[in-house]
Amino acid sequence: MKAEGIQAASWLLIALPLAGAAILLLGGRRTDKWGHLLGVAAPVASFAIGIAMLVQMLGYDDAARRRTLHLWDFINVGGFRIGMDLLVDPLSISFVLLITGVGSLIHIYSVGYMAEDPDRRRFFAYLNLFVAAMLLLVLGGNFLVLFLGWEGVGLASYLLIGFWQHKPTAATAAKKAFVVNRVGDMGLIIAIALMFSTFGTVDFGPILGAGAEHAGLAAKLSTGTATAIGLLLLLGACGKSAQLPLQSWLLDAMEGPTPVSALIHAATMVTAGVYLIVRSGPIFEMSDTAQLVVTIVGAATLLAGAIIGCGKDDIKKALAGSTMSQIGYMTLAAGLGRPGYVFAIAHLIAHGFFKAGLFLGAGSVMHGTNDDVNMRHYGALRGVMMATYVTFGLGFLAIIGFPFLSGWFTKDAIIEAAFDKGGTSGAILGACAVIGAGITAYYMSRVMIMTFFGEKRWEEGVHPHESPKVMTVPLMLLAVGSVAAGGLLILGGFADFLEPVTGKPEHAESFKWVTLPGIVVLVLMVIGFAIAWMQYGRRPVPREAPAGSFVTVAARKDLYGDAINESLLMRPGQWLTRLAVWFDGRGVDGAVNGLAALIGGTSGRFRRIQTGFARSYALSMFFGAALVVAALLVVNVS
Amino acid sequence: MSDFPWLSVLIALPLLGAVAVSVLPRDNEPLVKWFSFGVSTLVGVLALAMAAGFDAGGDRFQFTEKYWWIKEFGIHWALGVDGVALVLILLSVILVPLVMLASWNEDERSGGVDVPAKRSVKTYFALLLSLEAAMIGVFAATDVFLFYVFFEAMLIPVYFIIGHYGGGAARERSYAAVKFLLYSLFGGLLMLVSVIWLYPLSNKPVGEGGLGHGTFMFQELRGLHVDPTTAKWLFLGFFIAFAIKAPMVPVHTWLPTAAQQSPPGALVLIVGVLDKVGTYGMLRFCLELFPGASKWATPAVLVFAVISIIYGAILAIGQVDLKRLIAYTSVSHFGFIVLGIFAMTSQGQSGAALYMVNHGFSTAALFLLVGFMIVRRRSAKITDFGGVQKAAPVLAGTFLIAGLSGLSLPGLSPFVSEFLVLVGTFSRYKVAACFAVTGVVLAAIYVLWMYQRTMGGPKVPAVEGMKDLTAREKWAVAPIIAIIVAMGFFPQPVLHVINPSVKETLARVDRHDPAPTLTGNVAENGARP
Repeated sequence: MKAEGIQAASWLLIALPLAGAAILLLGGRRTDKWGHLLGVAAPVASFAIGIAMLVQMLGYDDAARRRTLHLWDFINVGGFRIGMDLLVDPLSISFVLLITGVGSLIHIYSVGYMAEDPDRRRFFAYLNLFVAAMLLLVLGGNFLVLFLGWEGVGLASYLLIGFWQHKPTAATAAKKAFVVNRVGDMGLIIAIALMFSTFGTVDFGPILGAGAEHAGLAAKLSTGTATAIGLLLLLGACGKSAQLPLQSWLLDAMEGPTPVSALIHAATMVTAGVYLIVRSGPIFEMSDTAQLVVTIVGAATLLAGAIIGCGKDDIKKALAGSTMSQIGYMTLAAGLGRPGYVFAIAHLIAHGFFKAGLFLGAGSVMHGTNDDVNMRHYGALRGVMMATYVTFGLGFLAIIGFPFLSGWFTKDAIIEAAFDKGGTSGAILGACAVIGAGITAYYMSRVMIMTFFGEKRWEEGVHPHESPKVMTVPLMLLAVGSVAAGGLLILGGFADFLEPVTGKPEHAESFKWVTLPGIVVLVLMVIGFAIAWMQYGRRPVPREAPAGSFVTVAARKDLYGDAINESLLMRPGQWLTRLAVWFDGRGVDGAVNGLAALIGGTSGRFRRIQTGFARSYALSMFFGAALVVAALLVVNVS
Repeated sequence: MSDFPWLSVLIALPLLGAVAVSVLPRDNEPLVKWFSFGVSTLVGVLALAMAAGFDAGGDRFQFTEKYWWIKEFGIHWALGVDGVALVLILLSVILVPLVMLASWNEDERSGGVDVPAKRSVKTYFALLLSLEAAMIGVFAATDVFLFYVFFEAMLIPVYFIIGHYGGGAARERSYAAVKFLLYSLFGGLLMLVSVIWLYPLSNKPVGEGGLGHGTFMFQELRGLHVDPTTAKWLFLGFFIAFAIKAPMVPVHTWLPTAAQQSPPGALVLIVGVLDKVGTYGMLRFCLELFPGASKWATPAVLVFAVISIIYGAILAIGQVDLKRLIAYTSVSHFGFIVLGIFAMTSQGQSGAALYMVNHGFSTAALFLLVGFMIVRRRSAKITDFGGVQKAAPVLAGTFLIAGLSGLSLPGLSPFVSEFLVLVGTFSRYKVAACFAVTGVVLAAIYVLWMYQRTMGGPKVPAVEGMKDLTAREKWAVAPIIAIIVAMGFFPQPVLHVINPSVKETLARVDRHDPAPTLTGNVAENGARP
């Protein structure tokens, strides 16, 4: 159905932040004074429109909640017909509200966080650009428009990781993020090409169908094609969502300003892969293999991320490992198919709140400690940063799955869904998820304790202080979300809300407050916290990191992800490049030069041609023209 | 105005302009520059006015003219444009005035390197104008012999521009110029043989596959039935000439040398427009005159196209000279264009035709900006830069956008064409498309690494105080950037013009787009979302 009313203006959602970015970038220094205000206004306005769109949607029947908007013909060549189409449905509106809601809070926070930066205006321009691209990603009505947004957020991420381009580490990290993402993009591009050559279209409507009663073309896929498309999409998702084996860029991405880490590398962009898998659910459902691989990637990443999180002393990197791990949970859930989609999205939204809160909390701590990120230099900050401590603490409780907070509802739901899959794979996946929960409790407790408890280990001359209101108020609002979002979503009928998109599970189970895996997770959570307390709470934390065991060292080195990339890809690539350059100069070019010399008689002759080139040119032109006339005469006479 | 000889006027105007420039007083440089700029702008405006009257749904060739030129040999002065030719002419006439604007000063023309003797300003601008005339002519010619004449005529101004106005030492410059000439003449000679051969073939009686009269008119030659063996030889004659011009691996080595020695402004026209004649020629002449031979050669051509994509990109990564680097990226991009043409699908060929235009603007922006960088730093070496972003943010920002268009970022015009080529190739040659798609990653590496090493990082001392883009420089680049962005979101108007021509080409080679493999009815599942 066509979008009506305020939904017909859903393009404004994207246009407003895009206009914000354009004004701030083209306006240059003239807009420095009020640039941040415009930068904040854009996502807030989009949020307001998003709310209005949700209200309008809630007034429709389930079947009528899927609305499309055709803006213009983008590409029409032969059968390849792509419209600049937007799709407003329960799934996209959920993302719209997450992106603009959490996004607005992070914009407001950034006004304070970036106050001292001379390029604050440019920062807001890039943030606006990101919001516009991310909204295009989730609102796109076909795979190509999704891809436009997909690459747009990649660009924004590149610009923002490298915001401090003068730092070589930041510039390198930005490039790495983009290049690794491009590896994933290869998968997405081929997936789109394969979908076009299979379906003759890349529009969501015909391929994925509209709700349960309208099965799309995907339902007719052969298993082989479905597996191929699914795995290619997964490759794309792995790049964007930092899942194994394309995870290595996310930890480096922490070079960007902290609000960027919160918005892009925690709450929104990195979850795009999960969105892609859930959106393309009908394709994955046609291939058990594809779904199984998705769950394996999710389970492996959730463990790897958690282990990496344990080894980091850099607060942002610890949280980045955690993000990897939590997205691993979402990917796992998305791979479970219909029983898992709603939990994947619910956890994604809850995670958006608490992880954004945790990152911004970390930013607040850094703000008070002269941008120190080393947790070994923190300690006892709860006394001087009350608001940060409380809000960070609530986020901490939410992520470790403290009963009745967001994470408890959404993460436990994923763990149970994994066990419910049944069979060996279900047991293994469930076990991974349970173990991951225990490790999560450990590393997050470690972060919490090292930062806010214990003794002062502050650097000389550092006087930690609470951040201004413009930063702490967003923290408080996010903390409210950390506490309540999960419960509201799981108990508040989010599953029914998403059903028109994600379909009805074969046997939907109602929420159970007490389950066996739930109890095990709870016990592991307490054990994880206890170990962290023994290590970091009861004993003083050394200011220098101790040598550590084999596992710790591996975790510090991101489980050797970079080492593997370097020895398998980068080094051979460099050699190949050198070889090619040498070959092109000697081999190909040398042969041609030799040939030229041969034709010219001697190499001396060739050199003479070079020197008197104007004369030789005239001569060859003359002979050439004579040749042409002669040839024409010959063919004419014959 | 339908009888107005638009194309002849478009060719004559810059040519007369060139003559006029050469009789202008030598010492009045501003007059020379403004006059040339005025002429090329007028040509641009006229071409746009002509384009406004182009009917995409009408005859294939429009604004046609046909006069006897050398009746004895059956050669016509025959002009006309289809959609592909039209957009390439527009590309040329938009770029020429901008190149002039960017080549305003001596050091910009010389590529930023000090040259001992002051070089003639008016010769340079006269050469640019005569090059413009040849470029319009080569795309507008509908007589194959006339096409050949313009094809060779383009060499003359380029040869002198590289040889006289390049940045390197005289010896290296002339080496580059001669290398360019040798390659081009070699290719041209092969093509000449094929062109002339067409005459006796068409002179054969109708019953024997000929036309009953000797001619070089393209539209008539399309009806020729050449026996397969001859067709293969003739195809090769054309193809090798075009592959050298394009340039494709392994006959690409003249381009990096020429790029390194040429003034940046001229490079815009060499790589942006001139080389397109190669791919344009493949699409127009190779495929339509020798459809059978084209299909015969397709597997080999696809292999060379894929090699060009990957090999060119890897070499681009390894370059230390900015101009050489961009030249190698073009080798990679031309691989995509050739791939799209020989995929023989509407998406591939429309994508390839659009790619020619988009790549023209994208490399134009890159070369112009690199030119501005070289003028400031008096070096094209990447290692001589670093941290420019801090000193000249507008230069850095524009350079980034141009670079991103070089890696085909969605939202910028080259993405649309590259994607179409990949989709069009995939639907018939899956393996080739899968290899080609690695170019996407390699492009990210060469562009972003180049940006990081020149613009990012801490400011190197030599960059200290580097001045940002001047108003004139902004005016030269801004229109190109605007076109790149606008066509990134609204490519359809251009595709609308290109599609009918491609349809004709595909009909001639008797190829149809593969049908979707899943035999489901799309319409039954609802309209577009």
